[in-house]
Amino acid sequence: MFGDYSIGDLGSIFVMQGFAGLILFSVYVLMALGLAIIFGQMGVINMAHGEFMILGAYVTWMTSNFFQAFLPSLFSGYFFVAMILAFFASGALGMLVEWALIRHLYKRPLDTLLATWGLSLILQQAYRSIFGAREVGVELPQWMLGSQKVTDSIEVPINGIFVMCLTLLITIAVAYVMYKSRWGRQVRAVVQNRIMAGAVGINTERVDCYTFGLGCGIAGIAGSAFTMIGSTGPTSGQLYIVDTFLVVVFGGAASLVGTIASAFSISQTQSTLEFFMSGSMAKVLTLLAVVGILMLRPQGLFALKVRK
Amino acid sequence: MLAISDLHVAYGQSEVLHGLNVAVAPNEIVAIMGRNGMGKTTLMKSLMGIIPTKSGSVSMEGAELSTLKSYERVAKGLAYVPQGRMIFSSMTVKENIETGLVASGERDVPGDIYELFPVLLEMKGRRGGNLSGGQQQQLAIARALATKPKVLLLDEPTEGIQPSIIKEMARTLKQIRDTRGLSIIVSEQVLSFALDVADRVLVIENGEIVRDDPRDVVDAEQISKYLSV
Ligand SMILES: Nc1ncnc2c1ncn2[C@@H]1O[C@H](COP(=O)(O)OP(=O)(O)O)[C@@H](O)[C@H]1O
Ligand SMILES: [Mg+2]
Repeated sequence: MFGDYSIGDLGSIFVMQGFAGLILFSVYVLMALGLAIIFGQMGVINMAHGEFMILGAYVTWMTSNFFQAFLPSLFSGYFFVAMILAFFASGALGMLVEWALIRHLYKRPLDTLLATWGLSLILQQAYRSIFGAREVGVELPQWMLGSQKVTDSIEVPINGIFVMCLTLLITIAVAYVMYKSRWGRQVRAVVQNRIMAGAVGINTERVDCYTFGLGCGIAGIAGSAFTMIGSTGPTSGQLYIVDTFLVVVFGGAASLVGTIASAFSISQTQSTLEFFMSGSMAKVLTLLAVVGILMLRPQGLFALKVRK
Repeated sequence: MLAISDLHVAYGQSEVLHGLNVAVAPNEIVAIMGRNGMGKTTLMKSLMGIIPTKSGSVSMEGAELSTLKSYERVAKGLAYVPQGRMIFSSMTVKENIETGLVASGERDVPGDIYELFPVLLEMKGRRGGNLSGGQQQQLAIARALATKPKVLLLDEPTEGIQPSIIKEMARTLKQIRDTRGLSIIVSEQVLSFALDVADRVLVIENGEIVRDDPRDVVDAEQISKYLSV
């Protein structure tokens, strides 16, 4: 399949598809980050994580419409507002769900799987009722469109660079909160030993609720980024939840570096292969590669080394 | 200070504590002696709200604790050094102590904690899991003290600790009591340690308190009979 291209062409193709994959990479990283935070904290696999992402996408879409209609002069900056709103909308819904549903099921992992899966169906139907079954697309401000020419054959899309920088910022911020703040210390204490954390005075239930909210809020930001690569429909989140699980497992649970490396390799493979073959064929090859590597390294790319 | 009355605790259907009555005075150190499986850990855990109380009451300065969650009991002034220490092993020494600050509301580790355990200041950047057993015990006590307790619970603090350090621990506990004016309940199997620290020695046997003697009239031989298998 590479035979028709010269070496120079191939180089350009790899670089450009690589940059085209940046948004996908960002979506994967943010989704996996949220999923891993929630799983690490309370052992809950959130099957509705994709729907929290889509909520962020709808919020972005509404914000964009609002700015177009009422504040056209500020349209170029709407995306920042949209991301913040998406974070808080998904985060608030996450906290509500934790309070109303998840906290009653903590000691029953299978039930949380079922419950969050049911929740994902409920949310999909809710989106369908509220926003309609048709997919919606978001218009980007002028400055995010277009691309930067690097060489004659290589162009870098501006929105890709922008979203990736934001993702890195968010990842760093999350790492900072987890490792440097008082609240992060409480989260880590609960993760290590929930009972003991309670016995040193930490309100573990409140920590749970906020952590679930944080994980879902980050999914909301992923939703904002998602609007740049796909159109938003009630079931769009479904397509991403499986990929995100793949990223988490492949990266090795509980490793931030692993998650990023895994999101990077999966999104880049996917994006590069898509240039040469159909999307579904690219997905099959990516999956095969991941399964193959996992057979050789069941613990994932990066396993956390801790003394037992 | 702390009053336990007619405390019944069960795991499911099997009752382990059958109506305990213990009153701890301010500034008092009480040792609870008993062989393995007699109910010491169960008592400590139920005092902390880790396992639920079946019936009876636990009150501190008149306030009922038995319906509260663990963290609420800590806020009321109870602190806990569990059997096996249970420090947060992947967190640093400093971070371990800081987890106790949530309850006291302070921002920084009070200096007197490091004065009490200078070795923890030396190792404050190390991961808790990399400390020796004795150092972990000090860390667990420091973490408990960071919550500014009125009553400190210690479950078999000498377990797995070298004899030379046990003597020093007795001294430290008394020093903590004297400087901070708190009460201490310590469960033990090592009689010499209990006689060293305690103002009062209780014996627990199959979930009931069978002896309760002030330190000066303790009959060591009688008590060691309860401790030998
Ligand atoms: N999780 C549990 N479930 C059921 N029974 C338990 C549990 N933990 C302890 N027990 C029982 O309770 C009794 C007291 O145990 P424990 O409080 O651990 O004693 P000690 O700390 O004095 O060695 C023992 O008979 C033990 O078998
Ligand atoms: Mg015990």
